Amino acid sequence: MREARLAYILIAPAVLFLTIFVAYPFFMALWMSLTSKRLGMPGTFVGLGNYLRLLDDDIFRQTAWNAVLYTGVAVGIKTVTGLALAMGLAKLSRGAQLIRAIVLLPWVIPISLSALAWWWMYDPLYSVFNWGLGLIGIHKIPWLSNPFWARVAIITTNIWRGLPFYGLCILAGLLAIPRELYEAAETDGAGRLATFWYVTLPLLRPVLGTVILYSVVMTISDFETIYLITRGGPRNTTHLFSTLAYQVGLVGTEIGLGAAIVLFIFPVLAVAAFLLIRLVRQSEQIA
Amino acid sequence: MFPFLLFALFPFFWMLITSLKSNTELYNVTASPFNIREGATLEQYRLLLKDTAFLLWMANSMIVASVVTLISVTASTLAAYAVARLRFRGAQAFGMAIFLTYLVPPTLLFIPLSRVVAFFGVSDSLWALILTYPTFLIPFGTWLQMGYFRTIPKELEECAMVDGATRIQALVRIILPISIPGLLTVAIFSFTLAWGHFIYALAFISSAPQKVLPVGIATELIRGDVFFWGALMAAALLASVPVVIIYSLFTGRFVAGLTAGATKY
Repeated sequence: MREARLAYILIAPAVLFLTIFVAYPFFMALWMSLTSKRLGMPGTFVGLGNYLRLLDDDIFRQTAWNAVLYTGVAVGIKTVTGLALAMGLAKLSRGAQLIRAIVLLPWVIPISLSALAWWWMYDPLYSVFNWGLGLIGIHKIPWLSNPFWARVAIITTNIWRGLPFYGLCILAGLLAIPRELYEAAETDGAGRLATFWYVTLPLLRPVLGTVILYSVVMTISDFETIYLITRGGPRNTTHLFSTLAYQVGLVGTEIGLGAAIVLFIFPVLAVAAFLLIRLVRQSEQIA
Repeated sequence: MFPFLLFALFPFFWMLITSLKSNTELYNVTASPFNIREGATLEQYRLLLKDTAFLLWMANSMIVASVVTLISVTASTLAAYAVARLRFRGAQAFGMAIFLTYLVPPTLLFIPLSRVVAFFGVSDSLWALILTYPTFLIPFGTWLQMGYFRTIPKELEECAMVDGATRIQALVRIILPISIPGLLTVAIFSFTLAWGHFIYALAFISSAPQKVLPVGIATELIRGDVFFWGALMAAALLASVPVVIIYSLFTGRFVAGLTAGATKY
């Protein structure tokens, strides 16, 4: 069919880019992770050797735990505060464009630039937070040299950055809920909390599910926030898979090992993809 | 709402204040950081523009972001049109492939991609970025455009074709003008994402003159042990300016793009 021929021509550029620069590297990563390849040197096939070595390695295990902690806490807080933000935005009048524009700013400005500001705000000597705390008599917080506070620091930055995404998407979901449902609940005598729990939340489930799944993938594969603020320290307590892979694979030249590290994100990716596809199919059926 | 606004704005406010302080005041721990007692100064900006390759990095970023935006808008729009309008075997598979590649984060691919880039002989050059940035722009762009095309009624092209136009003519003369909002959204996101992208730029480029803004700022404004914080903040602010300009002109497009991914279906 002529239609089909035209279609193949139209999708060709996209297919070309994605095949050469996504699909092929992906399988290359799989292959590399099974070898002992180093930068500039061919490697030997080691099967699951890299993976076994990693699972036995303290720093890697620390990193895996960091990833779970970082993603879990950040996504959790973003979900709750995102809901609050969305509800706050929903109450604003239509002319509150400026407020919405300001709220979105942290998400719009590249994190590779705004993280530098946070890095400066966490600086051991010159932290503005510590200055403020000093005014009310609280001792300086060792933001970047203490594991607990370093984690608080990067999670806060991540939340600051990701919150608008949650807020705006949930807002869209909120605004899509028909008025009649709220009115029906009111006539049935439901209070604010009951309405929220039995009307709002269930109807927000598809949006919340989608947002959370995307966010989990994005958060667990975060690089900029960690690299620019802590570089993975102190003592590897803030490393994520991507930053550790960068350090081991590109800086430490152990490419095979680096590839294996990042591939630990893949199961999360696969599960998220599966759930997202199911969510999309479900909402298509409803619509 | 006020706490949210304060939380959102404070880092930018702090960047601005820091960038307007003189070095002596900046590193005076006893002074109140909110008070620029010596008067605001542009010395950090002067230092940045004169003593660093900042303008070079900005030019590099401009080139990469513009070229890549062109590539991704073209590839996405054509591909999206094909999936939304034409019947061909593999349409569903392609749609699924787009969705899956959208989910694959760049941080998963940067190691093998560095080898692919070396293979093409473009390591340490802007070409490395021009070839690799579309990989995270095309999936999102195609997804977005698919959604937009689906809202345009098929009758429009069908009428044109009944009147004798070819499909290509119908696409260019009728569909393209209507899909300008979609095109604009893809272009804006492509430019902004390319402008701020960090990890490929860090992994593929090592020599200072080839660096783009985010990497240049993060790596070249620290000489040994000395952090040029004032210049760093000035640089981060200046580098954000193009994005802020686009954002203020097209805020609605940003919101549309943001929610499109999550709530389109």
